[in-house]
Amino acid sequence: MSKILVIAEHLGGKLNPSTARAVSAAAAVKPEAIDVLVLADSVDAIAADAAKIEGVSRVLTVARAENAHPLAAVLAPQIAKAAAGYSHVLAPSTTFGKDVLPRVAALLGVAQVSDVMSVEGAHTFKRPIYAGNAIITVEADPTATLVATIRTASWPAATTSANSAPIEALTLDVALPSHTRFVELQSGKSDRPDLQSASKVVSGGRGVGSKENFDIIYKFADKIGAAVGASRAAVDAGYVPSDLQVGQTGKIIAPELYMAIGISGAIQHLTGIKDAGTIVAINKDGEAPIFEIADIGLVGDLFKLIPELEQAIS
Amino acid sequence: MKILVGYKRVVDYNVRIQVKPDGTGVVTDGVKLSANPFDDIALEEALRLREKGVAEEVVLVGIGPADLTAHLRNGLAMGANRAIHVVTTDAVQPLTAARVFQKLIDKEQPGLVILGKQAIDDDANQTGQMLAALWDRPQATFASKVEIADGKATVTREVDAGLEVIDAELPAVITTDLRLNEPRFIKLPDIMKAKSKPIDTIELGSLGVEANDHLKTTHYAAPAKRSKGVMVKDAAELVAALKQKGLL
Repeated sequence: MSKILVIAEHLGGKLNPSTARAVSAAAAVKPEAIDVLVLADSVDAIAADAAKIEGVSRVLTVARAENAHPLAAVLAPQIAKAAAGYSHVLAPSTTFGKDVLPRVAALLGVAQVSDVMSVEGAHTFKRPIYAGNAIITVEADPTATLVATIRTASWPAATTSANSAPIEALTLDVALPSHTRFVELQSGKSDRPDLQSASKVVSGGRGVGSKENFDIIYKFADKIGAAVGASRAAVDAGYVPSDLQVGQTGKIIAPELYMAIGISGAIQHLTGIKDAGTIVAINKDGEAPIFEIADIGLVGDLFKLIPELEQAIS
Repeated sequence: MKILVGYKRVVDYNVRIQVKPDGTGVVTDGVKLSANPFDDIALEEALRLREKGVAEEVVLVGIGPADLTAHLRNGLAMGANRAIHVVTTDAVQPLTAARVFQKLIDKEQPGLVILGKQAIDDDANQTGQMLAALWDRPQATFASKVEIADGKATVTREVDAGLEVIDAELPAVITTDLRLNEPRFIKLPDIMKAKSKPIDTIELGSLGVEANDHLKTTHYAAPAKRSKGVMVKDAAELVAALKQKGLL
């Protein structure tokens, strides 16, 4: 039978919602237990959040000063040690999971399945390749520990209402390297909803024209309670910071509503939004590729249309 | 210092790939092949470090069939000093690639290994991290800025929360993100010069690494298509449509 260890992602003492999405994927394996592993300097608040996630059997915590920042070289040996006795080790396919989990897989001497979209069996999964232009079914060795990252856009977050899993402190006898050190995190902090977990996202592209003009996107997003995203063109042009980039090389998201404004719709951008519920495109070029995948399209000048939209909403 | 750079050949990023109707693979016959874009960025970064005097030698490493040589010549034309071609006709998965690099590191003793953050064919994003684990050295993934001084690399990483800066003692593995640099174009005289640069060929089997498939791909499918959308004529109609769907 399967026993699954899910690695919790957290920042600033808060559990990242991507963890609950990884738990959903773990539940699809129909295991006998799902344990969540929290590695941090101060674990209590994070562990309490993790214990509420539906389907979690136990929350295991490792509180060490070295775990204050998510350094793969420091976390991976601890995760590899904690993996003993588990059939599966899973983490969300965020920059955190992508950084740390292959290091864990190599320490365990096993392959990794990246970006699991669906679970076909305990060791059989579907995942995207070629920027999402093909979906493959892969089978992993059933006798080895299965290490996989979970494509968060493909899985709903497990609910957090009814569960209260026991929390147990874990002592791992692992020597940690000091060759890698955290210096700082320059975060693009904002009061807006988080791009990766927001139910609505408004994205601007090259058509917005300048950093100053991007205010119109921020204002409109705030009006409808949406997160703000951007195309690679808008990031490269310096209109917005790179952590807002949506696409193959940025964030892959699946909000209920995605509004692409002044975005032509290059393949690399479309890869990031394919799983969105409803895609709305606003572009002055009626031939733009974004209209091929948009559920609702509107051709026209965004500087004229956005004020009209705001008026029509209120 | 010597820098090893991973150089994978993939289907060109501009090609819209087709899944074979019988689900056995994607069509690669007659399709344009190019260097993985993230690997060109890795090579460019290594060349810039050599130009700054941080490194003396940039060594390209490619794993693939005999005709990979032509592709390695492109990297040499871009400016690498020499290339190592690990010859195999099998498709190589990340864990195998990492084991191959580990063997080459034992031999070459580089101060730095730079790889792309992911290959645009398998989209795995694993090889650099796996190599750092096998080598027991630091990793700095998704790098958008690299500074090397006093035996360490200070690397700015593109993470979901913003930009993270870490210090990694050398030797280390760095994987490149898109914004690290803009790779240079190859000039014609450099293509001529590249013809005389050395390429060592090594059979994969002779390294003591097996190219076994750790993961078996049993089926390929095209992604689900989205149903055809509708066009609306003005802002009011768009808002009405979104309200009807309960999205506003």
